[in-house]
Amino acid sequence: MARIDVNHVRHSYLPHPQKDDDFALREVHHAFEDGGAYALLGPSGCGKTTLLNIISGLLHPSHGQLLFNGKDVTNLSTQERNIAQVFQFPVIYDTMTVYDNLAFPLRNRGVPEADVDRRVRETLEMIDLASWAKKKARGLTADQKQKISLGRGLVRSDVNAILFDEPLTVIDPHMKWVLRSQLKQLHRRFGYTMVYVTHDQTEALTFADQVVVMYDGGIVQIGTPAELFERPRHTFVGYFIGSPGMNVVPVAIEGRTATLGSQRIELPGVPKAGIGAVELGIRPEYVRLGRDGMAVSITKVEDVGRHKVVRAKLEGREIAAVIGEDETVPAEPKVRFDPAGINIYADSWRVEMGA
Amino acid sequence: MDKTWNNKAWFLVLPVLVLVAFTAVIPLMTVVNYSVQDTFGNNVFFWAGTEWFEELLSSSRFWEAMVRNLLFSFIILAIEVPLGIFIALNMPKKGWGVPVCLVLMSLPLLIPWNVVGTIWQVFGRSDIGLMGYYLNAIGIDYNYVQDPFDAWVTIVIMDVWHWTSLVVLLCYAGLVSIPDAFYQAAKIDGASRWAVFRFIQLPKMQRVLLIAVLLRFMDSFMIYTEPFVVTGGGPGNSTTFLSIDLVKTALGQFDLGPAAAMSLVYFLIILLLSWVFYTVMTNYDAER
Repeated sequence: MARIDVNHVRHSYLPHPQKDDDFALREVHHAFEDGGAYALLGPSGCGKTTLLNIISGLLHPSHGQLLFNGKDVTNLSTQERNIAQVFQFPVIYDTMTVYDNLAFPLRNRGVPEADVDRRVRETLEMIDLASWAKKKARGLTADQKQKISLGRGLVRSDVNAILFDEPLTVIDPHMKWVLRSQLKQLHRRFGYTMVYVTHDQTEALTFADQVVVMYDGGIVQIGTPAELFERPRHTFVGYFIGSPGMNVVPVAIEGRTATLGSQRIELPGVPKAGIGAVELGIRPEYVRLGRDGMAVSITKVEDVGRHKVVRAKLEGREIAAVIGEDETVPAEPKVRFDPAGINIYADSWRVEMGA
Repeated sequence: MDKTWNNKAWFLVLPVLVLVAFTAVIPLMTVVNYSVQDTFGNNVFFWAGTEWFEELLSSSRFWEAMVRNLLFSFIILAIEVPLGIFIALNMPKKGWGVPVCLVLMSLPLLIPWNVVGTIWQVFGRSDIGLMGYYLNAIGIDYNYVQDPFDAWVTIVIMDVWHWTSLVVLLCYAGLVSIPDAFYQAAKIDGASRWAVFRFIQLPKMQRVLLIAVLLRFMDSFMIYTEPFVVTGGGPGNSTTFLSIDLVKTALGQFDLGPAAAMSLVYFLIILLLSWVFYTVMTNYDAER
């Protein structure tokens, strides 16, 4: 296991990148702690797979440096970095048995057959495929194949990190849950450094201790799931995490008060600085629907099962509120913003609030 | 469940039945008819029974042609399959090189067979042919008109030139269907170049290779046009394959009875091969 330092890494797929737009990865500078479970979360094309492939060595970064436990590995090959990676589509060696699939990475490295046997049997137990050892790998289901891909990483006891590139995309929903909890278990038991790329917020939030949110080739926020939810550093994080995403409305700030059209909203503190376009962000979970507050017109009520999502117009702006499954929408609906859930953004970045 | 029997449906397949009858069944029956009779011309036929078949199966001429044919198929397969795989592996996977390679590879396949024969017939001539002349000029005694070995070399090279492309294109199609993740995973697993070929590329090409081998075998077993144009079956009978022998018998000597018997035997062999082809393919699919 290793601590992975990504030092000012930039990457472009073009031969001679000039401007910022040419870079798939604008600049990433981050340390993945030894034994941590990280998720790289972001929309398609935000550079998360690029970052992952740079860590595993499948890509060589245009700029920057990569350290494993303080040792520079930027110019080492994938093989020399000793990394395990699980891909979006299960990669298995069709013609081999399950056993041989797992033994493959060890045999390639010239490990003595006795050790191979011991490691493979242990791994088969870990991924719960012991009874399938002698079967041809081609007959397995997608989730079993994905387990084999994972197993080929686990079988090497000395891997520096295990990387996952949207590994559950082709797995049935009920198996996703099972595999995810098995991954968590493996992480707790063996303390692997794991980096998990996904665009699914549920996957990221349930898997990782630290979620790295990426947007447009850069990291916008790194934090625990709770931090990402309560205090999104960037409006993008607010939109992207949560369902529905955060309400963001343009406001004017004066001391502790924000003004939205004719409405005045009390803030929990005085925002420090407020240059440029100022916006107020509040999650639908903190929008209280009732008989007092600001008048809204309801456009739609969506019942999503555990709760209802109310879509409404406030001063001409679309906002969403979450209410309980049993609550009803009052005849003359009004909303209040819970101060605990209010964040202020200047030029899309969150500003701190003083007392 | 009750089945609805509606014999009117037969009318729908009738056109096909008539067509097949005229193009295949009736000519085949004519051949069957010839094969059991003898004729001395003037449309006078005598019953011959199984005489022609017995004569054919005990004639050394037939078996020699058969052996030559099998040997030829074996040689070209042994060259074209490994060579085709090798070329396919080394073809570019993206960029401007892809269309260039594909067009170059397709060219020999687009040339009519008799033209291929003519090209090599001229190319190999020791007096004016580019290859034949210069081979002799550098001191190699090459003359496909007189030397059976040279004749064989010429038609084998010609077939390799003509048909390796087919194997290449089929293998290439198999190769490009392999997702990048497989190669990346192989790198991560520390696989050698050979292991990548053995455990990723070869299994993915297996199916198309099977098709390639069977197609090339059947085609080479029925080969006629190109060797006929180049060597005419000679020198002597050294490049006389089954089909050439058949045409010699039927149209050269006008021995309709023996030729018909030979056609039928030949037909049965092809039928047997088609059956093997079909069985292997369907078994392979069932196993997947």
